[in-house]
Amino acid sequence: MNLDAAPGIVAVTLVTIATLAIGTWGLRLSRTTSDFFVASRSVRPRLNASAIGGEYLSAASFLGVAGLVLTFGADMLWYPVGWTAGYLVLLVLVAAPLRRSGAYTLPDFAEARLGSRAVRSVCSLLVVAVGWLYLLPQFQGAGITLRSTLGAPTWVGPVIVGLVVLANVTSGGMRSITFVQAFQYWLKLTALLVPGTVLVAVWADDSTPFASGSDGWSVPIAAGGGEGLYVTYSLIIATFLGTMGLPHVVVRFYTNPDGRAARRTTLVVLALLGVFYLLPPLYGALGRVYAPELAGTRRSDALVLELPRIMLDGPVGELLTGLVTAGAFAAFLSTSSGLSIAVAGVLSQDVTGRPWAGRRLGGVSAFRLGAVVAVTVPCVVALAVPNLGVARAVGLAFAMAASTFCPLLLLGIWWRRLTPTGAIAGLLAGGVGCSVAIVWTLVVSRPDGWVDTLMGQPAAWSFPLAITTMVVVSLLTAARIPAHTGRFLVRLHTPEVLDLDRG
Amino acid sequence: MPRPWRRRHLGTEADRATFRTLHSASLASPALREGLTTASAERSIRHLHDLLGSPALALTDTASALAWHGSGQHHVEQCPALAAATVERGSTRMFDRDDLPCDQPGCEIRTAIVSPLVVEERVVGTLQVFAAYPTAGLARAADEVAQWVSAQLELAELDASRTRLMEAEVRALRAQISPHFIYNSLGAIASFVRTDPDRARELLLEFADFTRYSFRRHGEYTTLAEELRSIERYLLLEQARFGDRLQVTLRIAPEVLPVAVPFLCIQPLVENAVRHGLESAEGGGHIRIVARDQGQECVIEVEDDGVGEDPDVVRRALAGDTSLDSTGLGNVDGRLRNAFGDDFGLVVETAPGAGTKVVVRVPKFAPGVHP
Repeated sequence: MNLDAAPGIVAVTLVTIATLAIGTWGLRLSRTTSDFFVASRSVRPRLNASAIGGEYLSAASFLGVAGLVLTFGADMLWYPVGWTAGYLVLLVLVAAPLRRSGAYTLPDFAEARLGSRAVRSVCSLLVVAVGWLYLLPQFQGAGITLRSTLGAPTWVGPVIVGLVVLANVTSGGMRSITFVQAFQYWLKLTALLVPGTVLVAVWADDSTPFASGSDGWSVPIAAGGGEGLYVTYSLIIATFLGTMGLPHVVVRFYTNPDGRAARRTTLVVLALLGVFYLLPPLYGALGRVYAPELAGTRRSDALVLELPRIMLDGPVGELLTGLVTAGAFAAFLSTSSGLSIAVAGVLSQDVTGRPWAGRRLGGVSAFRLGAVVAVTVPCVVALAVPNLGVARAVGLAFAMAASTFCPLLLLGIWWRRLTPTGAIAGLLAGGVGCSVAIVWTLVVSRPDGWVDTLMGQPAAWSFPLAITTMVVVSLLTAARIPAHTGRFLVRLHTPEVLDLDRG
Repeated sequence: MPRPWRRRHLGTEADRATFRTLHSASLASPALREGLTTASAERSIRHLHDLLGSPALALTDTASALAWHGSGQHHVEQCPALAAATVERGSTRMFDRDDLPCDQPGCEIRTAIVSPLVVEERVVGTLQVFAAYPTAGLARAADEVAQWVSAQLELAELDASRTRLMEAEVRALRAQISPHFIYNSLGAIASFVRTDPDRARELLLEFADFTRYSFRRHGEYTTLAEELRSIERYLLLEQARFGDRLQVTLRIAPEVLPVAVPFLCIQPLVENAVRHGLESAEGGGHIRIVARDQGQECVIEVEDDGVGEDPDVVRRALAGDTSLDSTGLGNVDGRLRNAFGDDFGLVVETAPGAGTKVVVRVPKFAPGVHP
């Protein structure tokens, strides 16, 4: 081990200890009945919003965006814009009705809305698919981080984060998860904000000229004429509409006491994400000045981690490196924990909790087995396919969510004539379409060509395909509209303050 | 070596016919167990048709046709008249060509055998078998199938009355809280009226809020937050009576507060804990209430360090023996199972002298359960 590794190791250890400590003591403890009010008070929107931010800001946000901006230029800013704006769509169309539905997970919502076990099963399958697709880049990002800061081989990162997440999830790490995740948000923000401020000061002091934008680096639409335009629009659709279908985001909304609180929470999330996403592009731009040699290489994802050392020598550079490493580690830990819990929950409910060969596992063992499966599969794939760009893989997860759960939620909440058959047809159309595109991208991908562009960014065709299928098949099977639809929609859309029999 | 699993070893032709009959019956029964409605009739009639093998079959209630299966759909208008005539007689009747006027050439329906469906000695509908000509065999088969359908409908009635019983138990539970507790609380409040009028006023308001919640008429479910608020008021009133002898520790994960729970499903457990806790020796009792977040579920524990109980007594209380003094334990258990399924019953850990811990598991989402 060399001396360079010291700040990284210290940072990773501190984050782990802090996470475990808050997890243990955050559970509100009170000793007399007079504290009952404190103990039974629900989570405030601001705290909940921090927790959502902490769970949501993943390796793709923390590391991927800066690397993409460095390599491809300003058109990559659509990633952070879309990841934030997704919450705007969520706020306007989904947040409050989803909370009022009483659903904890997306399969729960499907079952409550459509009264069909079959729709539930399809949704469970898709939750696992989206969850794994999103976990994959988290583990890869971990490999990049530990290689960059500790000089460890690439396989070490996925294995270590996988083990920590597994230990955390199976040993009751879910206790006071709200406080842990809220802490992670502020840690991540600090870990980018403080070094960012110092580095900008250094840059201003340095009087290094800003790299010229003559090569199209600052144009906000991807290069390549029509294809570039298509890629940009497809990206916008995937990120704007995909956020509402992410399994770990949806379960956090359950913590809100009512629909109004869910809206307020979403509004605060928008503000928190808006502030955070100002920072990664800054690193990208500084990287273009100080570390242009990283652009286009596999190391571009490590830009955020390497920039402090490149720009500053001595202990200050080491200290800032430690800080960003801590932030990156928090990013893997929080997002992968949240996702693993969501995927393990679905697995334990619909797979490991089912009777197998006459035996049936109890709640906790089923959940643990589910967690092991939920973490192991993406971990193994991350080791087998090490070269997928972090942000691009996340982009595919968003595309998958946008073309499956988004149509289900939008039509389920706003359209009375949705039928179970229509929902299943639409989910399958979007899911299968996206899966074909993803497999194509992972296995047979060649650069250039319209086919490859369409497969690499499927959302622009798979979302319309899914929603059209859902509408058309629902209209064809109009006889199967669930009997309780009217009553259910009243419950979704009536504010809690109205005194009303919600049946 | 014989290979008994081969298909041709399934038995003689007669055996296989029996299996087919039993299979059709088992397919028809889930729908019928929901009671006699248009939906259940439509879902089950295909399988009943398989049982009888006649050209057409209809299910009716006492006044109108619910479902038709087979050829000769135009005869469906005649079903109500046939049903009315059979209900009047109360036993299986045969109808011939004169009762079934038909202007369609080639229609094979000439006779009908109509059997009443009887639930608890009351005719609720009819099973109508249509055929080209009547045979004694078909009449016998129609009668037997009608009796089997009646038995299934009777089971449906049983399910419905079990649900009604549960609802009645909730009402009974609401009434059950009152006498002792109201008397004792008012006594405790009265003792403060002179010495500490402000406290007496506060307690009286708490008491008013507590009773309003407990006697609330609508809604089978509430949120855990609401239930805990009511428990808080209850404990405040009990502490007014017992002072420092009653100590309470709470550990509530705020994530689980919005969980929907059956109305008054935790409060009786706390009441038991207070009683058992204070029955213990001189020092007074200590009660712990914990609500934990566990993925798809919420786990609630109510624990006291009191005298404990013989596990056999608890087992009997859970089985529904109402002569025991564990107020509402069986009732809470029954309502939890009714709402969330048999996986979610109460778990009680106790032994004489070792205190009692009651564990409630509640899923964060269950279809049809919302506050």
